[in-house]
Amino acid sequence: MNYDAIEVRTRRRERLRKGFTYFCLVIWALMVLFPFYWMLLSSLKSYSAYNSEYVPRFFTLSPTLQNYTDAFTAVPLARYFLNTLIFTLATTAIMLLVITLAAFAFARLNFRGKDLVFTFFLALMMIPTELVVITNFVTITDWNLRNTFPGLILPSVTSVFYIYLLRENFAQIPDELYYAAKVDGTSDFKYLLRVMLPISRPTMVTITILKVIECWNSYVWPRLITDDANYFLVSNGIQEIRENGFGRENIPAMMAAVVVISVPLILLFLLFRKKIMAGVSRGGTKG
Amino acid sequence: MKVVLEHLTKSFPSRNKKVKEPVIAVNDFSFEIPDGELIGLLGPSGCGKSTMLNLICGLQTPTSGKIYFGEDDVTNLPPENRGVGLVFQNYALYPHLTVLQNILFPLQNLKGAARPSKEEMMNKALDAARLVQIERLLERKPSEMSGGQQQRVAIARALVKRPRVLLLDEPLSNLDARLRLQTREEIRRIQRETGITTVFVTHDQEEAMSISDRIVVMKAGLLQQIGKPQEVYDDPVNLFVAKFLGTPPINVFEGEVRNGLLYIGENSVLQAPGAPDRKVWIGVRPEGFLPEQAGPLRCTLSGVEVMGRDISVVASHPACSAAAIRAIISAESAVDPKAETVRFALKPNKVHVFDRESEERLRIELK
Amino acid sequence: MEQKNAKGWLYLLPAIAFLGVFMVYPLVDVFVYSFEEGYNSASQTFFGVGLYNYSYVLHDPYFLQALKNTFLLVIITVPLSTGLALLISVGLSSIQKLKDLFQTIYFLPYVTNTLAVGLVFMILFKRTPYTDGLVNLMLHWFGAGPIDFIDGPHWAKMFVLCFYTIWVVMPFKILILTSALASVNQDYYNAARIDGTSRSRIFFRITLPMISPMLFYLIITGFIGAFKAYSDAVAIFGTDLNAAGMNTMVGYVYDMLYGDSGGYPSYASAAAIILFAIVLTITCINLMVSRKHVHY
Repeated sequence: MNYDAIEVRTRRRERLRKGFTYFCLVIWALMVLFPFYWMLLSSLKSYSAYNSEYVPRFFTLSPTLQNYTDAFTAVPLARYFLNTLIFTLATTAIMLLVITLAAFAFARLNFRGKDLVFTFFLALMMIPTELVVITNFVTITDWNLRNTFPGLILPSVTSVFYIYLLRENFAQIPDELYYAAKVDGTSDFKYLLRVMLPISRPTMVTITILKVIECWNSYVWPRLITDDANYFLVSNGIQEIRENGFGRENIPAMMAAVVVISVPLILLFLLFRKKIMAGVSRGGTKG
Repeated sequence: MKVVLEHLTKSFPSRNKKVKEPVIAVNDFSFEIPDGELIGLLGPSGCGKSTMLNLICGLQTPTSGKIYFGEDDVTNLPPENRGVGLVFQNYALYPHLTVLQNILFPLQNLKGAARPSKEEMMNKALDAARLVQIERLLERKPSEMSGGQQQRVAIARALVKRPRVLLLDEPLSNLDARLRLQTREEIRRIQRETGITTVFVTHDQEEAMSISDRIVVMKAGLLQQIGKPQEVYDDPVNLFVAKFLGTPPINVFEGEVRNGLLYIGENSVLQAPGAPDRKVWIGVRPEGFLPEQAGPLRCTLSGVEVMGRDISVVASHPACSAAAIRAIISAESAVDPKAETVRFALKPNKVHVFDRESEERLRIELK
Repeated sequence: MEQKNAKGWLYLLPAIAFLGVFMVYPLVDVFVYSFEEGYNSASQTFFGVGLYNYSYVLHDPYFLQALKNTFLLVIITVPLSTGLALLISVGLSSIQKLKDLFQTIYFLPYVTNTLAVGLVFMILFKRTPYTDGLVNLMLHWFGAGPIDFIDGPHWAKMFVLCFYTIWVVMPFKILILTSALASVNQDYYNAARIDGTSRSRIFFRITLPMISPMLFYLIITGFIGAFKAYSDAVAIFGTDLNAAGMNTMVGYVYDMLYGDSGGYPSYASAAAIILFAIVLTITCINLMVSRKHVHY
């Protein structure tokens, strides 16, 4: 056996494979990044420059921020933003309250029928939203809550899955802590606030982040429930801009709006990268 | 197959960003494993013995130094070209394959002329299974077997290609005490039957002593001593080796050589004619104590445990580095369990003297 | 004890109230709607009970178009995205340098607004009087095109939709598969290396079986997700999907409910129930297949 030849061959093959792997990974990275680059680039081109490029150019030498001004003045982008912010914050806050109470009841309190209700909750996890949206639409309409924040918010303030996730987390806290608190005369509610929530903070943060992402991107329900532009969220806003804003062909301004809408979540992601990725792999498909 | 290691060194870049110095797992290691021997690589956890094993099988390549299998330099050869078999600590049996499929797996990797026919493969797999006595479990999945049985399958899988060298990483650590005894005899038998040069890694000195032809004691990447188990036990080169081998462990006292006499505290225990005066560590094997009415070493008696053939005496002495001294004496010797003190004479060949600073063995003649 | 009972229910009350009103009641109601014939949403009256709504939906050409589109989307994107994610994840787990950077980049589509980025895709593919668009420019380099991907032939539109859907679902799949690969004990690979197992054999005989539970989980959720596709289509083709011939089943449900062609909750309910009967069937088949192939 020629050992040197084997060594050399192995090393060469290894290097080739590595190179090929990196090549493929870079290709996909470009595929992912390119739309982001293109929207940033287009948003910096002036209206006339963009429209005079029959063959699109991959860079611009005269960037302008005019489109961003247009995005905020020609269409009520700031209002969409504010609406989304209110919607996101209110939905997330109410949801956290509701699921914390429920998870606490399931994890710590003893009452008749608990197991039955919990099983029932778990069964509800399998119900797709698309199936219940129809009646919810009718209900909200009947209650005259179309084009209001309560109408937007109320149907999405509970999540069986998050109740389940939090309950599992609560259940891991040793019983001894609870009994110790009982001996000290701590009330259940205080125990929840002072002990369980701080211990479960990582899970709470994960749930919050996932819910914020979901709210920021929600489109279907807001579209059904609002037709007054004063109550549009960013997703509906962008659709509105596309169909009626700016005049059809002002693509640079549209791209500016898209950039503005995308930035908050991307920033949030870059800040909490590890937490978000861990949270998503623990539970959550998009939508 | 003879295995030779020459000045083998393996260092890893430091994970700690502040400390730039590399971590040296194996440091300038040289020794020769004679053909067909069973070698126990022994050391506390983190001493580099697993790295050593990975270097021999080729999963890692050394920073410097050479490895020879027979006359072949295999230092940078990928593992599959070395002809080694490795049994992992957790066995690493493929959970989705049956026992038979697991054993066949290495054979099915072979290509071209080296690839045996289906029938030959089957025969080889059955031979290996028979060798480790699992021929009745061939259709089981690993999850349906006990730890001991999985261990046997792992050995069969490592042996089926007839490796030149067999390596076992902590082969007994995942087994319960009873199985451990049985399995180590088993490993011994298999090694004898196949005659394959075998290296196994362990942190359990008893395990290594009981079945190895030769043991290699490591500490912090450095070779301490290599030799037949009894030789190393009787003649340790330093305090570390002395302490590491033997159960109960060696009793270590602060002591002194003065005027040709060996002192523990103020008791002169043995004569050391011609030895220069100095401070020393004195190690006394448990079986080195002789209870005597007028023995020079006076200890406070804590208890006596009768273990059938032997008696274990637990005592204490202010100069002893441990809280308790353990002495093993024959059942005929009379020690009054209710007495407050016990006095011992020491057997010179069971006493080892080490330098206080370097902890190296001092070759002093004792009487 | 009495008081304890009351307390437990009190803590659960908000969750039960919300779930009751917006989940349990609608679930029952959607079946009721689907059987009420001739429901009038203004007067809230109906004049019969039966299967007419189902029959109407199943004969509606728009529904059949949506059904066809949805099936095409599922059949194309689920295998492609899962396979591609598997390749990328395997590549990703074999490197050390820049791994974090790649992972971060690959995850970006997950945190972007589907509607917003869909607009970018539309612009990349769209042909207008002023420009052929970037994709057509690239096709031109290879001597092909120009093709109108947004208002042109059905297959071209389908291509864009599939392309965008895959782009959107990849982050989740890559994330799950990368962590599945990372959780495979390294000893299995070491054992295989010592035995001289070839790369492809390691992949097919060790890696794939070891991650098969996660793979099947992804395939099942992938099927469910793709059947529910809607926003992606809206993002690229606008809200009037029927006109573009690119409607999906969920889109059909919403269009029946609301908008220019809306006001028919009965039809919407029937369509929604048909959709979920299909999803349920496919999921059950998936589970049965996976039970056969996932061994431990």
